[in-house]
Amino acid sequence: MSVINVSKDLDALTMTMTAEFAAPVERVWQVWENPRLLERWWGPPTHPATMVEHDLTAGGRVRYFMTSPEGDKYHGWWRILAVDPPTGLELEDGFADDAGNPIPDMPVTVMRMRLSEQPGGITRMTVDSQYATRDGMEKVIAMGVEEGMTQAVGQIDGLLAAEVSA
Amino acid sequence: MVVDHLAPELDAAAVDRLFHALADATRRDIVVSAMAGEHSVSALARRYPMSVAAVQKHVAVLERAHLVTKERRGREQIVRMNIDAIHQASRLLDAIEDLWRGRIDRIGELLAVEPEGATP
Repeated sequence: MSVINVSKDLDALTMTMTAEFAAPVERVWQVWENPRLLERWWGPPTHPATMVEHDLTAGGRVRYFMTSPEGDKYHGWWRILAVDPPTGLELEDGFADDAGNPIPDMPVTVMRMRLSEQPGGITRMTVDSQYATRDGMEKVIAMGVEEGMTQAVGQIDGLLAAEVSA
Repeated sequence: MVVDHLAPELDAAAVDRLFHALADATRRDIVVSAMAGEHSVSALARRYPMSVAAVQKHVAVLERAHLVTKERRGREQIVRMNIDAIHQASRLLDAIEDLWRGRIDRIGELLAVEPEGATP
């Protein structure tokens, strides 16, 4: 029943996703906290994720790789910035080399995840994603709000707000 | 991060060039000007307190990032916006969104099948 709202703030280069699940907060927290459950949703079906290290404590690391249909491995890392079980998690997500070490100068996403209890046994999950490295993606987006850009690129209109039921 | 695998047209080096190109206020301004229409390098140079050569350098960085194209027309060099690059940036955001929609679907399925309170 995951009603999803996705909004993209081109100014702040933030994407906020909201989903609701018919499950208690503690169970939804488990899909993040339990690496075996996390593996079942983090990667797309074509690129399943394997969690190599999973330490959800402030300053802790998560290391993972995703495996392509061809067997190629794509490594990633999280650095846990803050954790407040069972409702809050803040982390950096970035690229790693084949040894699982973070690659410098590659875009890093900061993610803030929050869970809140709603009436009727519903849990709302909100995930904010923001690009942080080298002003990188932020620059792209900051530019997106310049007058004229929206006219130049019709598609960007659709990025400003999207709402679907899934 | 799996976005680069979902938007393969933006490889890591290309993303790097794009970020570098846009990390400068003058270059961002040149891109915005180029969106509004064609400009010659000399006309652009009159807009900024810098030499034509300095503007040339900025335009070259933008060209390498495929944000603008440059074409010689007579004695002028004409700078034009490369719409494709902007589309790529917007596709990158689309790819992130698609990725999350898929994740949310999978979490929903996971919660639907796991028995209450199960922590395998």
